[in-house]
Amino acid sequence: MTEKRRLRRTMMFLNAQRPGLIKDAYIYRPDSVMFDLEDAVAENQKDAARFSLYHALLNVDYCGVERIVRINGLDTPYWKEDIRASVAGGADGIRIPKCEYAQDVKLVDAAIEAAENEFSRVKGSTLLMSAIESPRGVLNALSICEASERLFGVAISGADFRKCMQTAYTKSGVEMAAARGNILLAARSAGVQCFDTVFTNLDDMEGFTEEVVMNKQMGFDGKSVISPRQIKIVHDVFAPSEKEIREAEKIVRTVRENADKGVGVFTIDGKMLDIAFVPGAERTLALARASGLYEGEF
Amino acid sequence: MEVVKTAIAGTLESSDVQITIEPNGNGTAVDISSIVLNQYGRQIKAIVLDTLNTLGVKSAKVTVVDKGALDCTIKARTECAVYRAAGFAESFPWGGEKQ
Repeated sequence: MTEKRRLRRTMMFLNAQRPGLIKDAYIYRPDSVMFDLEDAVAENQKDAARFSLYHALLNVDYCGVERIVRINGLDTPYWKEDIRASVAGGADGIRIPKCEYAQDVKLVDAAIEAAENEFSRVKGSTLLMSAIESPRGVLNALSICEASERLFGVAISGADFRKCMQTAYTKSGVEMAAARGNILLAARSAGVQCFDTVFTNLDDMEGFTEEVVMNKQMGFDGKSVISPRQIKIVHDVFAPSEKEIREAEKIVRTVRENADKGVGVFTIDGKMLDIAFVPGAERTLALARASGLYEGEF
Repeated sequence: MEVVKTAIAGTLESSDVQITIEPNGNGTAVDISSIVLNQYGRQIKAIVLDTLNTLGVKSAKVTVVDKGALDCTIKARTECAVYRAAGFAESFPWGGEKQ
């Protein structure tokens, strides 16, 4: 599985301005950490947050946890410097907030490329994701998903979206149903990942769990989280069952054996299968391995 | 880089350090208070002085209030305070080249 397609069940938001938060976040084992330079950082501390971020990226060993930076919006004077600091420090990816058009992605892509050149980073090594937070962004989701080779995924951001729609959180998620569905369709069409919004009520772990179950059923790859307490719940919900793991292992093994014989279509337990089933099976095994449920050869 | 005004970076939260930099007529003076002064006082001073040297600061009065910050945090806060004190607000030379 390449870096672009790595597992991202959980992305934990951290205020880049607060050393106490960013120095050891990896111990909670989220799949990704999201250093926030945007909403969590006061206007007069944007510079301090960048210095803090830059040195943390260079010096703290996150032990394989992916390091993504949420830059400030493209309508602010901060985002270009955010990208320079992030790329200079060696961030794994950049998250664009409030993305509405494919052009937003292309603009950031070009700034990242310039920074990779300036700081002698490998061209294309800094990945990209977009956060969609408005009805316009939802309606343009497919073109956003297809706007850059760097882009590994899109996330729906609920707070701003609900405000735009003049609605509020409901337990059923009905107010977000159209947006979630549209963004998922766009992401799957473009072959990129899709992430659900944060759940902000840390006193309602039951409601959080129900929302994560819904996310998995809808087809999301993962969820943004705001507390270490939410990580294990997401990982447990996304963990495949023993039956799913065995079936996936059987598919991958059978495909490889048949490929050696030049056979492309075959049957497993009476079901006709072909190579198209392999990516799903490999993802199941990767999820199982990340959940500590699988130590097999695939 | 020349310190032309007083600037502060960092907070008094746990794991952070607050650095205050002021113009100083002659040379550099560093005053440190830390919850781990006996164990790490010399190391903190060395990081601050090394960062000032890298940024080409010849004279400054530096006050350090440490709350158990990592080395990289001390460096980050010192750099931020220096750039603020020098009136430098954008296009930072990430990598810390001398100015």
